[in-house]
Amino acid sequence: MRFLRVKMDELRVVAEEVPEQYRKLAGRGLTSRLVFDEVPPTAHPLGPKAKLFIAPGAVAGTAAPSSGRVSVGGKSPLTWGIKEANAGTPVAQSLARLGIKAIIVEGEPMDGRYWMLKVTKDGTELMPAGDLVGKGLYEAYAALKERFPTAGFIACGPGAERRLATAGVCFNDTEGRPSRYSGRGGLGAVMAAKGLKFIVVDGAGTQPVAPLDEELFHKGIAKLREAILTHGVTKPGGTLNSYGTAALINALNEAGGLPTRNFSSGRFEGAARVSGEHMADVIHERGGHGTTGHACHPGCIIKCSNIYPRPDGTELVSCVEYESDWALGPNCGIDDLDAIAEMIWHCNDLGIDTIEMGVTIGVAMEAGLLKFGDAKGALALFDEIRKGTALGHILGQGAAFTGRAFGVIRVPTVKGQGMPAYEPRAVKGVGTTYITSPMGADHTAGYAVAPEILSVGGKADPLSAEGKADLSKAFQDTTAWLDMSGYCLFIAFPILDIASGFEGAVESVNAVLGTDFKVSDVASFGGQIVGWEREFNRRAGMTAAHNRPPEFMRYEKLPPHNTVYDVPDEELDRIAGV
Amino acid sequence: MMTERSPVRVHVYLYATLRRFHAGAGGDHGAEMEVPDGTSIAGLYRLLGIPEDQVKQAFVNGRRREPNYLLRDGDRVGVFPPIAGG
Repeated sequence: MRFLRVKMDELRVVAEEVPEQYRKLAGRGLTSRLVFDEVPPTAHPLGPKAKLFIAPGAVAGTAAPSSGRVSVGGKSPLTWGIKEANAGTPVAQSLARLGIKAIIVEGEPMDGRYWMLKVTKDGTELMPAGDLVGKGLYEAYAALKERFPTAGFIACGPGAERRLATAGVCFNDTEGRPSRYSGRGGLGAVMAAKGLKFIVVDGAGTQPVAPLDEELFHKGIAKLREAILTHGVTKPGGTLNSYGTAALINALNEAGGLPTRNFSSGRFEGAARVSGEHMADVIHERGGHGTTGHACHPGCIIKCSNIYPRPDGTELVSCVEYESDWALGPNCGIDDLDAIAEMIWHCNDLGIDTIEMGVTIGVAMEAGLLKFGDAKGALALFDEIRKGTALGHILGQGAAFTGRAFGVIRVPTVKGQGMPAYEPRAVKGVGTTYITSPMGADHTAGYAVAPEILSVGGKADPLSAEGKADLSKAFQDTTAWLDMSGYCLFIAFPILDIASGFEGAVESVNAVLGTDFKVSDVASFGGQIVGWEREFNRRAGMTAAHNRPPEFMRYEKLPPHNTVYDVPDEELDRIAGV
Repeated sequence: MMTERSPVRVHVYLYATLRRFHAGAGGDHGAEMEVPDGTSIAGLYRLLGIPEDQVKQAFVNGRRREPNYLLRDGDRVGVFPPIAGG
């Protein structure tokens, strides 16, 4: 394995031996350590000292199930703190099979042009991105596929070319769609600022990654596979496979924690019409190219993705996830799945984060630019972004920026990042994660929703503030390790309930990485990763004030439970190490 | 003298794979049902023919409740199989 250091100011790529201190890191552990070591914390995220890091997870590219995950890291133009954003894609597997431990992109081209990097088993090549610049990603990926039929593609889209803080890093799915995103935090804009438009990753002629300890590896993945295939959530025909993540719409709505109309209520009267159940019905009624149970990468045995069809059965978009559905749906008072699917298509095409866009449109509605529930009006906002109008630039910089521009108080963000699909006042553990994670308002960083709403990994009362700081911290620490592992985060559901599954996941990582983790110490190691991230943020100028909820959530009672977010500041400071 | 028991009317929503146990309870509006006074959540499952091992949890008026919780007039009940997401 090696690092590929892409020096954009010299337009050359250097293959480097991996220094000792990085050999037992991967995924988020590696990207966060590299950001810590190589990016000055006070650097401008789009400036010459900024860098972008892309690292597959530890078991990516092996025979491990559901392991096609890659981390992208850097200093975020949205939060101005450290960011790791994670995607599920065959590209993760190709990078690992090519022996690439990390791609490091630094400097910027003298000529101000955009470039394309090609990586194959025979070497690397930098070439001008040419007339693919400025094109929507659906058109660009189709053109790239024709030119490089055996490759996968990493890209930043038109939104990134405009330096929007909502711009993500795009990866292709199993069939080559530009639909799998390291979406949060604007890392796409960092990639564009470095003049790198596309990375062509061609794994043709490579072999699966061989573990250091074959026997331990096979023992581990067998235990993990068994856990995934037997747990009610992840098993074939289980809810993830049958309904996708949007099965959560009804669950959060029932629990009174589904943020509705820009976080003004926890229940939406139109929830059933945008639920995973209704979506499955629509997909099956329309037939054609629509499907549930779709895999985002080869080797996934959970297969929670979907392809959403138009009424005539032709493909509209893949994938309608819970977060995207919620952000562009209930959060905007919109109950039209077809409109939501179309907006997701625009996000994929422009290369911008569906969560941030949904929260931004919610704030725009709060500001009175358009009414809550106006799906046509919401769709029209994407034209503004596409055309690069002043309003498009405002919206494209995200919810916090838009809130400032229009004087809105109810702006649901932390560290400048829009909150995902769980209301902190009704699901206080994940609310605490939003507030204290170095990533900003991020649900995957510490998914306390599992015990709070889903009764997975125990049970916790979502409406109680008690114990939530420690619950969030425990999830944040373990998750950082999982984000390094290369496994899809959804293995957390079976492994939190089935001990042998957790053992198997840990064994398989040890077998590939040469580490000697035990189940009992992964949280501690993950806590170290979070520690580097916190220290980077501290040096970047963040203080305790950045680990606070939006003020309105401390006093505005959220219906239907009429609660406020009441985990005390001292508790937040205690776990955030401030 | 026996006290008269008043009917308990509940609003039931069955989600995901449980929808098939009561057609009306799977839609937008759920199903209004009358149950005998003193019916628990577990009793409701029995009335609807839902095998307990297919249920993960139930929410009553937005709060998760254990199967022995006794239903009251006007309760909104949401019943789920194992569910998760992101």
